[in-house]
This record gives sequence, structure tokens and C-alpha cells, in this order.
Amino acid sequence: MIRLPNQLRYRPREGMIAWAFHRISGIGIFAFVLLHVLDIYLVGGNPKLYDEVLAFYSSIPGRFLEVLLGAALLYHSLNGLRIIIIDLWPRMTAYQRVLWWATWVIFIVAGVPGAIIILRPVWLPILQQLGLG
Amino acid sequence: MATEADKSVQVSPVSRGRMRPRGSRREVIVWYTMRVSGLMLFVLALAHFSILHFIYDPGAQTADFIANQRWNNFFWRAFDWLLLMNVLLHGFLGVRTVVTDYVHRPGLREATLLLLYTSAVLLFIIGTQVILTLPSATGAQ
Repeated sequence: MIRLPNQLRYRPREGMIAWAFHRISGIGIFAFVLLHVLDIYLVGGNPKLYDEVLAFYSSIPGRFLEVLLGAALLYHSLNGLRIIIIDLWPRMTAYQRVLWWATWVIFIVAGVPGAIIILRPVWLPILQQLGLG
Repeated sequence: MATEADKSVQVSPVSRGRMRPRGSRREVIVWYTMRVSGLMLFVLALAHFSILHFIYDPGAQTADFIANQRWNNFFWRAFDWLLLMNVLLHGFLGVRTVVTDYVHRPGLREATLLLLYTSAVLLFIIGTQVILTLPSATGAQ
């Protein structure tokens, strides 16, 4: 099993990992929301600076960070839904492991195409260099 | 474990995000608020992220784009405001749980929570102000 630092150890097996990821992704999204409310404030307050911030978001490093943000958002959403399903229908507890794996299947199926789209400026020039674009 | 599950069963804590609290009315309200706002965000936040990454590319997003295209109508301003309300509720109540999990020294805990609530109110004001007052060239608001 994956070993986690003590602060993140709480529940065994899938439940513990689901919980640790939920907490980490939640804090990550929270940090971005703080940044995002402030950056959107610049649209009215300082449009030039806003354009510079957005230029970073759409740069190559920025896009990798956006993929990370999207992954955190998607995982947190899917796992949150799993928690709500089990909370509302306690019988689903019997299938919690199935739900856990379903979370990851949906995560990959929805997330990989999303990452490919966001990273277009990374791979498109490479394809073009190879004469494939 | 599967077949014995019935209405009166004590559900294993392994599966739950956090058991519904008992005794404190306030904690029960927080527990439900997290779930209701979470469901709202499942739709609102994922839609917001998809629209601004898959329909519009971040490379095309400037202050002008926000003012005159993205927020050019009431619907999308209302949509983003609803998203903001839910994300502030969900995010700050979530971090409140994290703080109470890890910060145990009484004075420090109160101070951290006070800082947390203050920043929530501040972000509410900033976010609401920009959504309500940002002018669109085409005048829609």
C-alpha cells in the first residue's frame, strides 16, 4: 500500500486514499479559487495586468498547471459524488470498492481527452515539425 | 456485509467521507450544505472549466473577451455568480473542516477560523462587485 505521512493517514485501504486525495485536491482547488477571484477582479481594476496573468495561464507551463487543476477538479467532483451516493443510499456501501474503481475509469475516460485538448500548443508544433500536422 | 445492510445498519466509517454529525444542529446544517453545494458544483464548476478550456482557449481570453463576450449577457453573469456562491460556501466550509482537524490550540484555532471567515466575506464582496459592475461595451447586464 501507498505510505502516507501521518497527517494524511486516517482510513485504511481505498477509503484512506480516496480521503487523502480528496483533501489534497480540495485544498489545491481552494487555492486556485482565491487566485481566480482576485485575477477576475483585475478585469475591471487593471485589464493590462489581467491580460498578462492570462498570458501566463495559456503559456506552456501554465497549461500543465491547468491540466493539474482540471485533474484535481475532476477527481474531487467524482469522488464527492461517490461520497454523496453512499451517504444517501447506505446500501451502496457494499459496492464502495466498485464505485471507487468507477471513479477512476470515468476520471481517465473524461480526463485524458481534456488534457490532450488543453495541451494542444505543446504537441501540435511537434506534429507540425514532423510534417504530420 | 452486503446482505445485512438495512435501514438500521451502522454504516462502516471506511466508506464515508464524514459521518453525518449528531447532536449539534449547526454541524448537521454544515454537513448538508457541503453535500448540496457539492452537487451544484458538480454541474457548475465542471461546466465552467469545460467552457473556458474546451470551447474557448485560454490563449484567446483577455479582459476585453471577459467584458464584451463572456459576460455580455445576464445568463453567464448569473451562472458565474451562482458558481461563486457555491464555491465559497463549499470551499470555506471544507477548509474549516481541515482547520478543525489539524489546529487544536484553542486561541490559534479561533484566530485561523476568524481569518478564514473574513477572507470568505472579502472574496464574496470582491467577486460579487466585479460580476455586478463590470461594464460591457454592448450594454448588456
